[in-house]
Amino acid sequence: MFSSLMLNTWIAASIVAVIAGVTGFFAVLRGQSFAAHAIPNGAFAGAAGAGLLGLNVIWGLAVFALAGALGIGALGRRTRQDVVTALVLVLMLGLGALFLSLSTEYAEVTYSLLFGEVFGVSSTVLVPIAVLGAVGIAAIAVLYRPLLLASALPEVADARGVSTRRMELCFLIVMALATSMTVPVVGALLMFALMIGPAAAARSFTRRPGYAIALAVGIALVTVWAGIAASYRTNWPLGFYVGVIAAGFFLLGQGWSAARRRAAAPRPAPALVSA
Amino acid sequence: MGGFLHDIVAPGLLSSAPVRTAVLVGTVVAVTSGVVGVLTVIRSQSFAGHSLSDVATTGGAGAFLIGVSQFWGFLIAGIAGAALMELIGVQRRRGRDVATGVVLGAALGAAALFLYLGTLTSSTTGASFTILFGSMFVISPDTVPALVASGVLALVVVAVLSRVLLLTALSPELAAARGVRVRAVGVAYLVALAVAVSLSSVAIGAVLSTALLIGPAATALRVTKRPGLAMAAAALIGTVATWLGILLAYDSYYWTSGGRGWPVSFFVVALIIVGYLLSYARRPRRGRTGRDRAARAARARENQEVPECSPA
Repeated sequence: MFSSLMLNTWIAASIVAVIAGVTGFFAVLRGQSFAAHAIPNGAFAGAAGAGLLGLNVIWGLAVFALAGALGIGALGRRTRQDVVTALVLVLMLGLGALFLSLSTEYAEVTYSLLFGEVFGVSSTVLVPIAVLGAVGIAAIAVLYRPLLLASALPEVADARGVSTRRMELCFLIVMALATSMTVPVVGALLMFALMIGPAAAARSFTRRPGYAIALAVGIALVTVWAGIAASYRTNWPLGFYVGVIAAGFFLLGQGWSAARRRAAAPRPAPALVSA
Repeated sequence: MGGFLHDIVAPGLLSSAPVRTAVLVGTVVAVTSGVVGVLTVIRSQSFAGHSLSDVATTGGAGAFLIGVSQFWGFLIAGIAGAALMELIGVQRRRGRDVATGVVLGAALGAAALFLYLGTLTSSTTGASFTILFGSMFVISPDTVPALVASGVLALVVVAVLSRVLLLTALSPELAAARGVRVRAVGVAYLVALAVAVSLSSVAIGAVLSTALLIGPAATALRVTKRPGLAMAAAALIGTVATWLGILLAYDSYYWTSGGRGWPVSFFVVALIIVGYLLSYARRPRRGRTGRDRAARAARARENQEVPECSPA
């Protein structure tokens, strides 16, 4: 399990977990789970297109992820954001269906791009993930305070002169670049599970944003490490373990906050609840 | 199948059995998705609508694994997913977003497992492609009655509950004050949504069914604000897009020298997106008569959330 062959897998998974924990915290805080799902998922279509043109998959991923983030950010301002997110996602996936039908080797490519190929990661894939992940986390560290303010209290941010629109666009771009690069390794679908579950769980354990980010990263790391170990033993896909373990942590967090609420708050007067 | 490689108008179009099935099922799907989609857009539940189609994918993959008709897998998984989302969903909008995401993540993990096990037992690796992107031309005629019946069921649920659904969408507090059981209505609506979504998942694929659900409804709601009219318009837009998509996909066999058609789902999605973008440019195209313009100006004054309709 810890042979040199598996070393790249452990490194890639750990980098991915750190990226997922940090960006996932803001995605959950901002209520942008849909965008977090749509951008990597749509980027997968870009990978298919790049394969068709004979380009490096990385370029297809980057172009589609950026286009998706800009589309959601720009169009979402004027109407309901969830509608625009759905339509952008659908457009990219429609193109993906076309690209895949035109290429000859679709089935295996589709499966590995959607669900990842975490075993047998080559060092050449590792570099862009590490670089873009570091850039993304650095960008979030720089923008940390205004981004947090714009996410938690948009009205206050506007009053203080922080542009919520610009913050949103910045966040979407950072999320797009940081997550889409991980698609060849962990797959478009797994990345999403790793972003939402741990971050949502962390938020029910602590209210302080710094702790919550650290906890989200920790939970994501535990999830992905346990997933790799289990996947290595049973040969079942990593995506299955990550999806289930992340959901388990979320339920644990829900149970914890429910129990704490019950312990902290005295029961309200019965006359008020019997409605 | 070589018979229709003759003419651009494709003479065999309506006599071909797969095409007739595709047109019939496509129409049922488009009408159901259009009507349910208007409520989905009004209730801001696009994410749930899309997630349910992905959750239904899991059911499709599971059904593929145990050899049951994919349609039942889609339907059961969709309804179970809807129930789970409602069960752990908090009433606040952001909580609902996260609950949807967690159910989606877990379901996608299960889908990965099912597809993996499917490739172990049978060597057809193309299954994941079919499940995700659908193939309208290979719908088995046996499932057509079930498809139509569940479409009608979803329409009936929505028709019976439409007033209550709109009320709970626009003002949950007012609905609760009037004695509406908001939670029960939400569950009933999500079940209708799951049925509609699993229906379109079979037809144009789990991932792209979102297009028929959201696209026509969003377009219709940009043109009119009246829910009933919007539902009719959305059903119409979806139907036209589906028919044109089938026609283009059928014709596309000529476009490439290899004789490989382009996927129906690509054409349907492209048409829907074009329709949505056209709705942004609708003002110069319509409203030429003075009465139209005056009516629109009056409407714009009424609800000022539409900034591009400035009073003329």
